[in-house]
Amino acid sequence: LARALRPRAARGLAAAAGALDVELNVPFMAHKIDPPGQTVQTSKEELLGFFRTMFQMRRMEIAADMLYKGKFIRGFCHLYDGQEAVATGMEAAITKEDAIITSYRDHCTHVGRGGTVLEVMAELLGRVDGCSKGIGGSMHMYKRDAEFYGGNGIVGAQVPLGAGIAFQQKYSGKPNVTFALYGDGAANQGQGFEALNIAALWDLPVVYVCENNHYGMGTAEWRAAKQPAYYTRGDYVPGLRIDGMDVLAVKEGVAFAKKHALEHGPIVLEMDTYRYHGHSMSDPGSTYRTRDEISGIRQERDPIERVRKLLLDRDLASAKELKAIEKEVKAEIDQAVEGAKKSPEPGLDYLTKNIYRATIESTVKGTRHGLVYDAV
Amino acid sequence: TAVNEALHEALESDGKAVVFGEDVGFGGVFRCTTGLAERFGRDRVFNTPLCEQGIVGFGVGLAAMGHRAIAEVQFADYIFPAMDQLVNEAAKYRYRSGGQWDCGGLTVRAPCGAVGHGGHYHSQSPEAYFTHTPGLKVVVPSGPREAKGLLLASIRDPNPVVFFEPKMMYRTSVEDVPEGDYELPLGEARVVREGSDATLVGWGPQVKVLVAAAKELEETDGAQCEVIDLRTLLPWDYETVCASVSKTGRLVVSHEASFTGGFGAEIAAFVSERCFLRLESPPVRVCGQDTPFPGHAHEPLFLPTQQKVVEAVRSSIGY
Repeated sequence: LARALRPRAARGLAAAAGALDVELNVPFMAHKIDPPGQTVQTSKEELLGFFRTMFQMRRMEIAADMLYKGKFIRGFCHLYDGQEAVATGMEAAITKEDAIITSYRDHCTHVGRGGTVLEVMAELLGRVDGCSKGIGGSMHMYKRDAEFYGGNGIVGAQVPLGAGIAFQQKYSGKPNVTFALYGDGAANQGQGFEALNIAALWDLPVVYVCENNHYGMGTAEWRAAKQPAYYTRGDYVPGLRIDGMDVLAVKEGVAFAKKHALEHGPIVLEMDTYRYHGHSMSDPGSTYRTRDEISGIRQERDPIERVRKLLLDRDLASAKELKAIEKEVKAEIDQAVEGAKKSPEPGLDYLTKNIYRATIESTVKGTRHGLVYDAV
Repeated sequence: TAVNEALHEALESDGKAVVFGEDVGFGGVFRCTTGLAERFGRDRVFNTPLCEQGIVGFGVGLAAMGHRAIAEVQFADYIFPAMDQLVNEAAKYRYRSGGQWDCGGLTVRAPCGAVGHGGHYHSQSPEAYFTHTPGLKVVVPSGPREAKGLLLASIRDPNPVVFFEPKMMYRTSVEDVPEGDYELPLGEARVVREGSDATLVGWGPQVKVLVAAAKELEETDGAQCEVIDLRTLLPWDYETVCASVSKTGRLVVSHEASFTGGFGAEIAAFVSERCFLRLESPPVRVCGQDTPFPGHAHEPLFLPTQQKVVEAVRSSIGY
């Protein structure tokens, strides 16, 4: 029974704390499992937090866009704007002891895990104050103290890794799960199916999350997948389709999935989401989709605007308060950008750091004369 | 582009030739397949989902049925999921079936090499992994004219070929490419520049670097370097290289891929044995560093630059 009755006392307490119930617009779609309820409990505080975080992610990605066009960022840069609700909603349902591993579209995931905008920006600029010392770049952001395993350039490679991380969690008896995120394009990689089978066979606490933004680079989902209902592609593994543009739906779905993974084993989540930018900064994003489609989503399903509307409609915040948050966030981003620009590039010694691990006292000699690998 | 022209010729001349890979339908990320789908139809030029192992395996099967299967892997850095299909299936099909079946019609094309901002996964030169596989051929063109002729030869060669296209050259290399259909022979190296003081061997984007180094050495040291573009790595033209080293007495091999286990090692070892008594100095390799391909900040430090080549040749001559 999806809508459990909450004990009166708790409800009273919740109401006093500014809690509120929100009906989700889009029904969950479930595969071989009963879906969670359509009512989500949240609070003014939580919603304001969502607003701020998503706005921060949005401005950060827009700043990255400008830096790329200004040639401060070079190479490959895959932006997440439009998909903020997934990273944000997920964090609301889990802890920093749960693990996340994702694709190259990872800037906002890093921030969601507690990383600073400065370390994201510095990493994008290839500077030493970046989260990966400027060596990883846009696609390889990590945060060890928050169980964030990156940031992966090779499509789909992160999926079996997620199974491995989950194995470790189960093995050590932790009440934690792993979220392995991948896109609709990556869903057709063979290793994903291998990981699914392994996780199901061994009842691993892994949640496979397909961030379906409907385009694998320039290829629409129906052109690449015989079955684009990715939440069903686990076959023997249950699945849930979630409105990925609704941060509350994401929170609810992810909480549900975590519980399932801890009690039973793997589950597949499909986040119905959308990216405003093209695949990367080299892709205008308009040759394979119409501008009407993009602006339509922006008007009807933008995750930030949805939360703004909720806050305003229910009198939880004034337009002025929200503007103040926006202003503060913009200043924060600007500051981070300046800080990143000032950060130096990693020294030339970083070329040979972290290739091998040696004991503290010694170094590892490369087979090339004169090339020595440092211990750390 | 030259590659595009080659593909047009290939599909025109053989009704059983097909081109497939990620995004080839609209022309591909480097415009190599522009116009093919429109001209030859979607049943001969088609997109695949994102699954390299599946793409190449599918290609092996298609080639086994007598088609010319021209598979594209979007970046050479992504070829590794397909490694098993190439090494265990494509290379051994003819051998293990006692000659009954083969997938000679398979050609796998992939853009490779440094481009200035490619980083870890858009810059690699993985040719060495494949040269270690009898049954495959490995070809790396050094420019547009070479690319068209070599690609046509590779497609028509009755053996599976892995064809690495240096991506730097898609945009930067401007050359007069002959119109129409022509092939350049596989397994034959090209002497780009003649000389008698040292033999410089390279392939792909490194050939230009060697030529520039040779010019510099001529101006500053008066040294005459012979530059050889190997073109095909497997099987490689040891006769041309050995003849050259027998003349010059010095060998410098240079490639972007990392030093240890790079294909330069094979050349140096072979030449050392064959030309031992003719050598004036030990064969030397100028290669990428033994590190993963780095980010932009470290790329110049990683690559075998003209300066490094010049220094190596100089010390060989002065040995």
